[in-house]
Amino acid sequence: MLEVRGVRKSFDGFVAVNDASVSVARGQIAAIIGPNGAGKTTLFNLITGHLRPEAGAVVLEGRDITGLPPHDVCRLGMGRSFQRTNIFPRLTVYQNVQAAFLSHRGRGLDLWSRVDELYRGETEALLASLGLRERAGEVSGFLSHGAQKQLELGIALASEPSLLLLDEPTAGMSVSETRETIRLVERIARERGLTLLFTEHDMEVVFSIAQKITVLHQGRVIAEGAPADVRADAEVRRVYLGERR
Amino acid sequence: MRAPWELALLAAALLVPALGSRFYTFLANDVLIWALFATSLNLLVGYTGLVSFGHAAYFGIGAYTTGLLMKKLSLPFLIAFPAAGVLAGGFALLFGFFCVRLTRIYFAMLTLAFAQIVWAICFKWNEVTGGEQGMPEIPYPSLDWMGRLPLVGGLRTSDHFYLVTVVLVALCLWVLRRVVGSPFGRMLTTIRENAERAEFIGVNVRRYELAAFVLAGAFAGLAGGLFGIFNRGVFPDFAYWTKSSEVLIMTLLGGMGTFYGPALGALALILLNQQIVSYTEYWPFVLGTILIVLLFVFPGGLAGAAGTALRWLRRPA
Amino acid sequence: MPDFSFIFAQSISGLTAAMFLFLIAAGLSLIFGVLRVLNFAHGTFYMLGAYAAFQFMQWLGPGRGRFWLAALGAAAAIALLGGLVERFLFRHLYGAEELYQLLFTYALVLVLGDAAKMLWGTQQKSVSAPPELGGKALSLFGATIPYYNLFIILLGPVIALGFWLTLQRTRAGRFIRAAALDRETLGALGVNVDALYTWVFVLASFLGGLGGALISPMRATTPGMDTEIIVEAFVVVVIGGLGSFWGTFFGALIYGQVLSFGILFFPRFSIFAVFALMAAVLILRPWGLLGRPLK
Repeated sequence: MLEVRGVRKSFDGFVAVNDASVSVARGQIAAIIGPNGAGKTTLFNLITGHLRPEAGAVVLEGRDITGLPPHDVCRLGMGRSFQRTNIFPRLTVYQNVQAAFLSHRGRGLDLWSRVDELYRGETEALLASLGLRERAGEVSGFLSHGAQKQLELGIALASEPSLLLLDEPTAGMSVSETRETIRLVERIARERGLTLLFTEHDMEVVFSIAQKITVLHQGRVIAEGAPADVRADAEVRRVYLGERR
Repeated sequence: MRAPWELALLAAALLVPALGSRFYTFLANDVLIWALFATSLNLLVGYTGLVSFGHAAYFGIGAYTTGLLMKKLSLPFLIAFPAAGVLAGGFALLFGFFCVRLTRIYFAMLTLAFAQIVWAICFKWNEVTGGEQGMPEIPYPSLDWMGRLPLVGGLRTSDHFYLVTVVLVALCLWVLRRVVGSPFGRMLTTIRENAERAEFIGVNVRRYELAAFVLAGAFAGLAGGLFGIFNRGVFPDFAYWTKSSEVLIMTLLGGMGTFYGPALGALALILLNQQIVSYTEYWPFVLGTILIVLLFVFPGGLAGAAGTALRWLRRPA
Repeated sequence: MPDFSFIFAQSISGLTAAMFLFLIAAGLSLIFGVLRVLNFAHGTFYMLGAYAAFQFMQWLGPGRGRFWLAALGAAAAIALLGGLVERFLFRHLYGAEELYQLLFTYALVLVLGDAAKMLWGTQQKSVSAPPELGGKALSLFGATIPYYNLFIILLGPVIALGFWLTLQRTRAGRFIRAAALDRETLGALGVNVDALYTWVFVLASFLGGLGGALISPMRATTPGMDTEIIVEAFVVVVIGGLGSFWGTFFGALIYGQVLSFGILFFPRFSIFAVFALMAAVLILRPWGLLGRPLK
């Protein structure tokens, strides 16, 4: 599904991601973990086209997408949420999700239709599945942090991706919100047959749902494999798990 | 024009010449043209979140286009007017292609640079634009057919031109209203709200921004085309940077968040100007003071203040 | 082909214009560097500097050295005005959108420009050059350079160096440079950011006012000189790089030469050439020739 081959990116001489390779199989739930500053978000940005790698390649379903701009990457079936919540704050919840449908279905350059009723059915169904149906008319910037994160997931899903990248989907959430969100993500991934790649700081979450884990440390992949193998890996224990426990 | 109040307003505008005052018709004509100009700018500033400091360039290009075609080539208004929109839109495409590559202050500076280039050309190219002296005596369109109509037949030529302005501005506003209420308009607001996120729902941000820039430029050009005739002459200061800030002030004064806000701003500013200049020659002083008060007290503009007042009146007791 | 003395004379006149513009643009660039705002009112401060110099000359009456006193007094008065504007008005807009800040500075252009009209009328005002420099000229390579122009040409680099040393060697200068790079951490370092911003405004307005005072013997002071100069100053800071100190100096030099040689090659379109240069720089290198890209 997704093949990241030896990508590298540096900022002002600081190497943020160095020769990193990650692969995700169709239908898999995969996680990238690593201490703060390990290069997780940079790696995401390299995959989604927000940054251009200095070396290496990103291949999505056999197609080389290295260096494509984000809007093209999105159109090829990749959805994404951001670490810092990224919504359209002065639009309503409904409009947020509807906008993504409009863009994804290629209606964006339609200058004449009335926008309000377009894709109402799809938008409301998606909002319902996220538990946001009741709040469709609210201005999204006023929602709670947790609800905004869910909305962002909704925006990403409206692009009907086959691969979904979530950057810290539970960042800033309470324990119960975290649990709820993870259940939601898992359910939606199953229902829609999504392939999922996410980063997460909460190890409990990672080990409870990931089928495959990649560990990043100082920009390099130091381990990759099934959760049990990663947990047993000596180097991972030293640089990462040991640091936390 | 869906809502009846918009039709009522249109009807009222058409009745202004019936008041019989040359001055009222003149004022109303001025307001209408600036309302269109400010609304076109709002497509960029209010809807797309792009602050242009050079919108007067397209107004000026439109004014010179219509003026030159009608005065020097004696072409009919039916050709000269659309040509203003086409040419201004064409230049907006050329300039905008470079501008949308930049963000924020750099975008504003580049729009300003292009506008000053347009101004410098109008100011210096004596053979074509008349240079510093401008191009006086732009003819009115030939509206003899209106003289044969019932009701309006007996009106002055300037009244006839006013009626044409009402119809054309109403048409333009109707089109712009459809555009901002369309999926395209919604995409523009997503760019304003969060360009990074917009990119990742698949919006090609630069292309949409360019499209908005061209549309805004074209409608500013149409407003300019009308203004040259209304003003009975075209002058280089139409494209000078202070004109760009004037229209920006109207937009802000009326409120950028609403479709009719900028038109309201144009109305308020022009009427106020008329009142003030009969007392004092220091209109800029008054305007600057208003602007400062506005910035500190009502950042939402007139439309925003009216909205707040309405909500306050309708609040549950 | 024009002869050498002509080319030399042109380049000297370009250099004089450049040094004036540098005085004005340096303040504009300083405010942008620290506050990230383009201050439209900076051109108005320059115009007010010229009027204030005229006014001080009137008050001082005849006497030795009165031009210099008047010029310094004008610059100080404008510096005070700038500080007051920052302290009591502009400060409250730091949290607002960029557009509102820009419009505020434009509102100042309107208000202060008209205030100048009320105080001094629309008649041109002129100030005579100081007797030490006035009426005398140096002949060099067949070109005649008035002493006053020579003084300006020398003053530019002196101010630039003094300014640069202040930025490099003093505590306040270090804070200003730090603020230009990263505003957030500055407050965390225990710097009194509020006071710093006020001083930046004071210093920038001082330079603007000084520029206006010094130009008054060369060009008549009239309403409208504010909106004219501010666009020229924008061109200079954009070419050199918004917020870059030596960039501004360099930008002013280029502007002066383009303007005075543009007149030779396309007599009517030299002003066009200047704006075209500005557009070209923004397209190819938006952060300017010597600037650094903003984060």
